[in-house]
Amino acid sequence: MRTIDRRSLLGLVRDAPGRAGPDRKGLTEQEARALADRILGLSGAEETQVRLASGWRANTRFAVNRVTTAGSSEDITARITAGFGKRAASITTNRLDEDGLREAVRGAEELARLAPENPERLPLPGPQSYAAVHGYFDSTAELDADRRAAVAASAIAEARESGDLEAAGFLRPTAGSTAIANSTGLFAYHPGTQFEYSITARASDGSGSGWAGTGGRDWSGVEHGELSARAVEKAIRSRDPRPLEPGVYTAVLEPAAVSELVGLLARSLSARSADEGRSAFSRKGGGTKIGEPIVDSRVTISSDPAALGAAPFAGAGGFGGAGSDDAGLPLKPTTWVGKGVLENLFYSRYWAQREGVEPTGFPNTLIMQGEDRSLEDLVSSTERGVLVTRFWYIRAVDPRTILYTGLTRDGVFLIEDGRIAHPVNNFRWNDSPLAVLGKLEAMSRPVRVTPTREVPAIRTSEFTFSSVSEAI
Amino acid sequence: MERRDFVKSSALTAGAIALVGSRLSAAGSAHAGPTPVTSMPAPPAVDAATRDLLMEALDAATGAGAGYADARVGLYRTRRVGTRERRVTNVSESDSLGLGVRAFVSGSWGFAATREMSREAAARAGREAAAIGAANARVEKSPVTLAPVEPYGEVSWSSSYEVDPWDVPIGDKVQYLLDLNEVALGTEGVSFVSSELHFVKIEVTSATTDGTIAAQRIIRVNPQMSITAVAPDRSDFQSRGAVLEPAGRGWEYIRDRMTPEAVEVWASEAVQKLSAAAVEPGLYDLVLHPSNLWLTIHESIGHPTELDRALGYEANYAGTSFLAPPSRVIGRTRYGPEFMQIVGERTSQGGLATIGWDEEGVKAEEWPLIENGIFVDYQTTREQVAWISDLTGIQRSHGCSHAQNWSSIPFQRMPNINLLPAQADVTLEDVIGATDRGIYVESRGSYSIGQQRYHFQFGGQVFWEIRGGKKTRMLRDLAYQARTLDFWNAMDMIGGAGTYYVGGSFYDGKGQPGQVNAVSHGCPVARFHQINILNTGRRRAG
Repeated sequence: MRTIDRRSLLGLVRDAPGRAGPDRKGLTEQEARALADRILGLSGAEETQVRLASGWRANTRFAVNRVTTAGSSEDITARITAGFGKRAASITTNRLDEDGLREAVRGAEELARLAPENPERLPLPGPQSYAAVHGYFDSTAELDADRRAAVAASAIAEARESGDLEAAGFLRPTAGSTAIANSTGLFAYHPGTQFEYSITARASDGSGSGWAGTGGRDWSGVEHGELSARAVEKAIRSRDPRPLEPGVYTAVLEPAAVSELVGLLARSLSARSADEGRSAFSRKGGGTKIGEPIVDSRVTISSDPAALGAAPFAGAGGFGGAGSDDAGLPLKPTTWVGKGVLENLFYSRYWAQREGVEPTGFPNTLIMQGEDRSLEDLVSSTERGVLVTRFWYIRAVDPRTILYTGLTRDGVFLIEDGRIAHPVNNFRWNDSPLAVLGKLEAMSRPVRVTPTREVPAIRTSEFTFSSVSEAI
Repeated sequence: MERRDFVKSSALTAGAIALVGSRLSAAGSAHAGPTPVTSMPAPPAVDAATRDLLMEALDAATGAGAGYADARVGLYRTRRVGTRERRVTNVSESDSLGLGVRAFVSGSWGFAATREMSREAAARAGREAAAIGAANARVEKSPVTLAPVEPYGEVSWSSSYEVDPWDVPIGDKVQYLLDLNEVALGTEGVSFVSSELHFVKIEVTSATTDGTIAAQRIIRVNPQMSITAVAPDRSDFQSRGAVLEPAGRGWEYIRDRMTPEAVEVWASEAVQKLSAAAVEPGLYDLVLHPSNLWLTIHESIGHPTELDRALGYEANYAGTSFLAPPSRVIGRTRYGPEFMQIVGERTSQGGLATIGWDEEGVKAEEWPLIENGIFVDYQTTREQVAWISDLTGIQRSHGCSHAQNWSSIPFQRMPNINLLPAQADVTLEDVIGATDRGIYVESRGSYSIGQQRYHFQFGGQVFWEIRGGKKTRMLRDLAYQARTLDFWNAMDMIGGAGTYYVGGSFYDGKGQPGQVNAVSHGCPVARFHQINILNTGRRRAG
């Protein structure tokens, strides 16, 4: 449902060519260009950069078998960065009338003039070319309140019919566009949708809990009933866990857990921190570990915006600042870890220039390759191990080894002789993705876990469960 | 706002401070609360055009079937200045203006928000909120009722500050940080320093169909600094971060706390950490400075006492609570020793969650959560009151409804939650002096806690060994691990008002989609008997 008439708001052309559908959410390419040009035209700075984020966000939450909150909002924000030589500053505003824009542009210029020089600031990049990406799906953009309520109702019914269970879950679609433009002629535009859906089924007496979830761009492929069934089955099977001593176990980690570990690894991939001796990828005595094996030789982790429908340029969201002089830099398919070897690190334009390499930008997608088998195959080939559904409350313990601590949640089971023997207590774990992926035994086919991540389930021969957590 | 209303609300605020403040008056420590604000800024007034938009939204919602509605028009502003070493890394400012309306239809909620400031857009949002509520009501009829609230009419409120950070030139702020970075870099062994100032200014007017329109101004500051020392052979690096707390105050708070003298201490601590001794894991008496303890209060008392969490409303994300069901725990659960008093409040001067009226038109107040060591009450909003009123006898909301901005749905969020100090004038030195074999911890470090808030692991920034009543050598790589109730029942000593210190966070997370909430936690120094200490420097910690 449209609640804002953008055209009257922006005073823009009525029938912009290039509009893919009659009612796409967010600014069209023509509208984004027109608004960016207006802002660039108002600026008196030496360099100006504009980022426009526009669109619709909606959500429906349910818990204790009822819809608890639901809503939608529409917004258009402009982030305006003014630069004078090495000085720069940004202002973000959603006041897009003439006065609001003038005030923001003047404000950015004023802040930029006052800001001391940043010796690391580079001149803005000129026009770039980008890979074609298809990231906007009407199936997601049309998830209105009634459709979302129907998803909630079916999950609630599944839980209720399966015994004394309560369902809690969340469905969030967003649809809109992001554009980056600057005074040296760069213009990048990406229309996109994304969704998250997850459900937790809990026994009403608190004796068991199960979770399932996914994310992506295209809602039409999602079997939400299957996810509900999985969460419900887990909740039932997880009831009355038996105690298992903490220790080092073989572990089968489901994709939601692997996604977290891969994210932790990626967070440590800054070239600068490595070069400065502040990272797990610093080589003792200077330099980085690029070219060295860091995990098992079957592990390959890469980024590819086009593969996951993400913006093919930096600054649209995710890692990396929108106001930095990297915004608009093309994000190309890049392998970070190839067959276990550290192949590349994240290079900003500044650090790349200093080191004499190509900038990579900060990626907005993470893809870990897998092997041709299912999660069930991983379980059935495990003699004795612990199956983990997902992690919770992960926090850094030691950046030198990428050591983290966290908890397990919503379904932990002991596997014996290739079968799930019984549920066990939750654990606190203390481990590093480098160690876990170093002890890799097998992987499943990768699956989409979030709009920006695709990873397999894995089995690792050593995972450190450091203590018991009584939570269910 | 009428002058007399303002005087009335100021007097109430002052009264609330007096409760804790009387115990703080003897504070000699530089760590105690900031100097109280003496001259309050003038509160904002309800603007006629804003009132029209709000009425339009509320009328549209009720016209479309809502039995209750609330709406807010807010300008949410942030300003950040970031530096590292001798350079500026970030100067940015953000303004977001919009209107959000929430409608209650047949026991279900709907919410809609727009950035467009016109009567038509306000009415559209009101109708859409009601339509979403109606769509949800078809899923499940639920007997939700809202606790009564007094109609306050037109009221206004402002947080306490002396200098509006928006009045301090950006160049002055940047130079302030660069000067401090220079102090840190002047310390031998220090290689890196980053520092940031983050300011928030919210000017919001909210209205309810129950007869309150509140214009409020909220200013918050968050100073941050992290200083890193690297070993000469690059084999090790150690950082001292989390040096200061955010507060609901103005620029004066930065000026008074983030000083060159303080930076010298933090820098020397970073360097000392390189040669600190590895801790031997085991059981120790743990002495926690409030700069560390506040976060433990937040995680192990603040979150479990959220009523929606306890009842399963956050089961899919933030989690549930071990402190449930209410009928089995209210008035029954022994959380800690007899001298343990925990209050929730949104009234303390400088508190991050401090306000005049909440999103549902409920006036801010203070109430006990744990009394003489016994759990007695939860945090509530209007829809939650009836869930426990039979057990507590309380028929009114504690005013915990909060939305992070105009486009976010209000729901139950944590107020300021404080551990009250001892009546006696017990000092930090007294506590350390009474400890034979222990560890003293300052500032928050890594932290992680189970989704039911029952089992946790917390680190810190600076650790000292205590032997025979004295701080001896610096330790490193350690964390404490415990179960919530075991931990609090092991508390055997707390400091007096002189050790009281208010910590807090800008980033308390909850809800889907996630919303942040700023919250303060005041507490004295406290000691915990025989707590399990891990060495986190080894991979198989614990």
